[in-house]
Amino acid sequence: MSHPNHPLLDAQGICKSFPGVQALQNVSLSLNRGEVLAIVGENGAGKSTLMKVFGGVYTPDAGRITFDDHRVVIPNVDRAQKLGIVLIHQELNLAENLDIAGNIFLGREPTWGGPLRLVRRQILKDAEPILRRLGVSLSPRQRVANLSIGQKQLVEIARALSLKSRVIIMDEPTSSLTQRETDRLYEVIRDLKRDGISVLYISHRLKEVQVVADRVVVLRDGRNAGELTAAEINHDSLVRLMVGRELKQFFQRTHPEKATRCVLEVKGLHWKPNQAPISFKLNAGEIVGMAGLIGAGRTELAETIFGIRKALAGQIAIDGKPVRLGRVRRAVAAGVYLVPEDRRGQGLVLEASVSDNLSLPSLDRLQHWRFVALRRVRNLAEEMKQRLNIRTPTLSQRVGLLSGGNQQKVVLGKWLGRSPRVLILDEPTRGVDVGAKSEIYALMDRFAGSGVAVLMISSDLEEILGMSDRVLVMHEGRLAGELDLASLSEALVMRLATGAGTNKSADCTETGPNL
Amino acid sequence: MKKYLGLFAFLLVIYAVLLAADPAARSAYNHFNLARRVGMEGIVCIGAGLLIITGGIDLSLGSVVGFSVALTVTLLRREDFAWQPFPAMLVVILIGGFIGLVNGVLVTKVRVQAFVVTLCGMFIYRGLTKWMTGDQVQGLSGQMQHVPSWDAWTRALYSNRDAWGLLKPVNYLLGQFGVEPIAVPVSLILFLFLVLTAAVFLHFSVYGRYFYAIGNNENAARYSGVSTDLYKILAYVLCSGSAAVYGILHVMQAQSATPTQDGANLELKAIAGAVLGGCSVRGGEGNVIGIVIGTTILVLLPNLSLMLEIPDFMEFIVIGSALLLGAILDEALRSRERVSLSLVSRVFHSILSLGK
Repeated sequence: MSHPNHPLLDAQGICKSFPGVQALQNVSLSLNRGEVLAIVGENGAGKSTLMKVFGGVYTPDAGRITFDDHRVVIPNVDRAQKLGIVLIHQELNLAENLDIAGNIFLGREPTWGGPLRLVRRQILKDAEPILRRLGVSLSPRQRVANLSIGQKQLVEIARALSLKSRVIIMDEPTSSLTQRETDRLYEVIRDLKRDGISVLYISHRLKEVQVVADRVVVLRDGRNAGELTAAEINHDSLVRLMVGRELKQFFQRTHPEKATRCVLEVKGLHWKPNQAPISFKLNAGEIVGMAGLIGAGRTELAETIFGIRKALAGQIAIDGKPVRLGRVRRAVAAGVYLVPEDRRGQGLVLEASVSDNLSLPSLDRLQHWRFVALRRVRNLAEEMKQRLNIRTPTLSQRVGLLSGGNQQKVVLGKWLGRSPRVLILDEPTRGVDVGAKSEIYALMDRFAGSGVAVLMISSDLEEILGMSDRVLVMHEGRLAGELDLASLSEALVMRLATGAGTNKSADCTETGPNL
Repeated sequence: MKKYLGLFAFLLVIYAVLLAADPAARSAYNHFNLARRVGMEGIVCIGAGLLIITGGIDLSLGSVVGFSVALTVTLLRREDFAWQPFPAMLVVILIGGFIGLVNGVLVTKVRVQAFVVTLCGMFIYRGLTKWMTGDQVQGLSGQMQHVPSWDAWTRALYSNRDAWGLLKPVNYLLGQFGVEPIAVPVSLILFLFLVLTAAVFLHFSVYGRYFYAIGNNENAARYSGVSTDLYKILAYVLCSGSAAVYGILHVMQAQSATPTQDGANLELKAIAGAVLGGCSVRGGEGNVIGIVIGTTILVLLPNLSLMLEIPDFMEFIVIGSALLLGAILDEALRSRERVSLSLVSRVFHSILSLGK
C-alpha cells in the first residue's frame, strides 16, 4: 500500500549516455505527493534527458526508479501514462485540425462497437468538467489551430488530467507565453497541487522558479549539483549552484562610451507594401539594442539588410559606400554579418562537424585553387574554439550534439574569422544557459571594443537594458523610436514597443560627420 | 564507414555467386558486357547522386536520355546539313545541360517542387522524343555516308576492346599464365574518369562542401553566404548532362533511336543506384565510392538472375527487393547506436515489434 510519507516518485543513481556524451551521471531525486519540484540547470545539464527518462522516452542505462513504493521500469510512453506520469513537451504536440475535446481524448476515444464509430457526444461531455477544473472558459468544440499558445498549453494539461495523471512534467512551459498566460499557468499549478498532483517543472527563468516551486533540484553537467527549499531560493544561490561559481559581472561593459563614426547607414528601407520606410545609422564601436514585440518586423529588417529578404526600396551603405541589396554575398563582402534567430534551422548544419560549420562561410578564403585548404580550416576552427571557449570533445564532433550555448558560440564563430564591420545578432542568447550568456555578452563587448557596430535584436528587456548603448524600438514594421543611455528605461521601451507613444527622432541625426 | 564495408561485402557475395552459378558468367565476354553496363549506368548514377546529395531529385533523367538519343540520331541523319559526330555530340551535351538549367531554375527561382518539375519533364521530353522521331525507330546504318569512317569510329570509341592498345602489356602477361585476354569498354574508362572527377569535386573542393551543406540544411548554407540557388542549379545541370552523355554512348552502341524504349525507367535505376550506395533522398548524405558500389550491385543483380535462369521479368523484383533490404539494414544500423545486437537480429527484432 502506498505510504503518504514516502515520496511518490523516487529515482536513484540514474545514468544515461548518448554517443559521445554522458548526459546523466548518477542523478537522484525524489518527488513528494502534491509537490512542485523545479529542475534547474544550464543548457546541456541533463534536465530534459532526465524528464524523458521519467516520461518513458529514454530508457536509462543504470539506476532504479520507485513509484508509489514499487520498483518500476518505464520502457515507453504508454507505460509512463499508465503509471500516471505525463510529459508535456516544450514543443506542444497537438493535432491542430482537431477541436479541444478531440485532442484531450486523442487515441482514447470511446467507441460504439467498432473502432470507426466515434462517440463525439461522449467526449464533448467528458471534456467539459476537465476544462472547468482548469478554469478554462473555452468550448470543447473549438479548433486547436485557433488557440493561442497559452491556451494550447492548457489543453495539454487538460489532456494530462484526463489521463488521471499523478505526476505532470512541464518542460519550459512558459517559454512562449505572455505574462498573463504565465500567471494563469501558476494558478493552475497551484490548483493541481491542492488536488495532490505532483509537478516537475523545468525552467530557465529563475524568477519563475521562485514563484512556483516548493523545492529546487539543480543539475550541472549531468549530475546533482544541489537542492534548495522554497525558503532558500534566491537568484544568487541558484546561479551559484547552476554555474558552480560566482558570476562576477553579468553584463560586461568595457568598450568606450562615445561612438561617433558611422559605419552602416540604412535609408528608406522597406520590404512590404504600405510600410513606413526605415532609416537609421550604426556607429563603429557601439552596441545598439533593438527591442519590440514578436512580429514587430525586427527579424525581417535584419534579413533585409543581410540580403536574405528582398527589399522593395531603400539603400544601405557601409562607410558611405552603397551595398547592393538582396544579395547575401554583397553584404558579406562588405563585412555585414547576421547571426540568425533560429540557430538550428538557419545557423547550423546540425549533421556536420564543428569545424565544418565554423569554416562554411569562409571557405572562399580557405582554399587553394578551389580545393579546401584543410590545414587552414583546422587552424581556423582551433582558433575559434579557443577564443570562444567552445566546449566540445573534438572539432569533428557533430554540432547537433553540443549544448545550446555551445551551438550558439559556433554560430558566432562562423563570422568571427572574417573580421566583421557590422554584426547583427538576432536573439543571441535565446535558449542559452546563464554561463554561456555572460560569455556571449563579454564577446559582444569585445566586438564593440574593437570597433565593430553591433545590432542586437532581443526580446529580453533585461538584456536590452544591460547591454545597449542605444536602443531602437520597432512597432508593427516601423521604427517607433530611439532611446539613448540616459533616457533608457523598461517602461519607455515597452511604451514604444506597444505603440503607445512615438519618439520623434527615429534616425540618429546627431551622429556621423559624413554621408 | 561500416555501411560501405557492408555494401562492398554484399557486392563481393553477389559476384561470387555469379561466378559460381554459371561458367558463362566467368567468360571474358560477360565481363566485358558487365563493365560496359557499369560504365554507362554509373555515369547517370553519379549524376543523379550529386543531385540527390544536394537534396534534389530528377525524374526526367530517363526521358532526357531518350531525347538525347533521338537528337543525336536526328542530327547525324540530317540530309541538308551533314553533322560531324563531334559537333553533334557537343550540341547534345549542351542541350542536356540546358534542360538541367531549366529544371534548376524552375526549382530554385520559380519554387516549384523538384518532384513535380521533373515529373513534368519526364512527360515532356519523352513526348518531344516521339515527336522528333515520328514515333518510329530511326536507324543510323546506311545513313552515315558523310562520315565514311563512322563504323570504325564508333567502334574505336565505344567498343574498343583493348582500349587503344593500353591493355596490350596486361594481356601479354595474362597470356603467359594462359588467362583469356581482358577487354575494357570505353564507357567504363569514361566512368572511371568521371568517378575520379566527381570524387575530387565532392570530397576535396569547396563546391563539394557547399553541396553537402545545402543538402543537409539549405537555410544554414544561405545564411552563411553560400549562393545556394547557383549550386542547386549546377547539380541539375550536371545530372541532365550525365543523361546526355549516356544517350550519346547509347547511340554508339545501338546505332539507332527507339523513342519509347531509350532510357525508359533509367531515372529510377539511377536513383536506386545512388540510394543503394548510401545517398539519402533527404540530402546531405552519400559519397562517390558508395555510388560506384551501388551501381555495380545494380548491374550485377540482373546478370545474376539471368545466370540463375530467373526469368527476365523478375529483374525489377530483384532490384526492388535489394533496395528495400538495403534501406532496412541502413535504418537498423542507424538506430542501433550503442546496443550491441547483430544487424540481422536487429532487423528481426524490428519485424517482430511490428506485431506488437
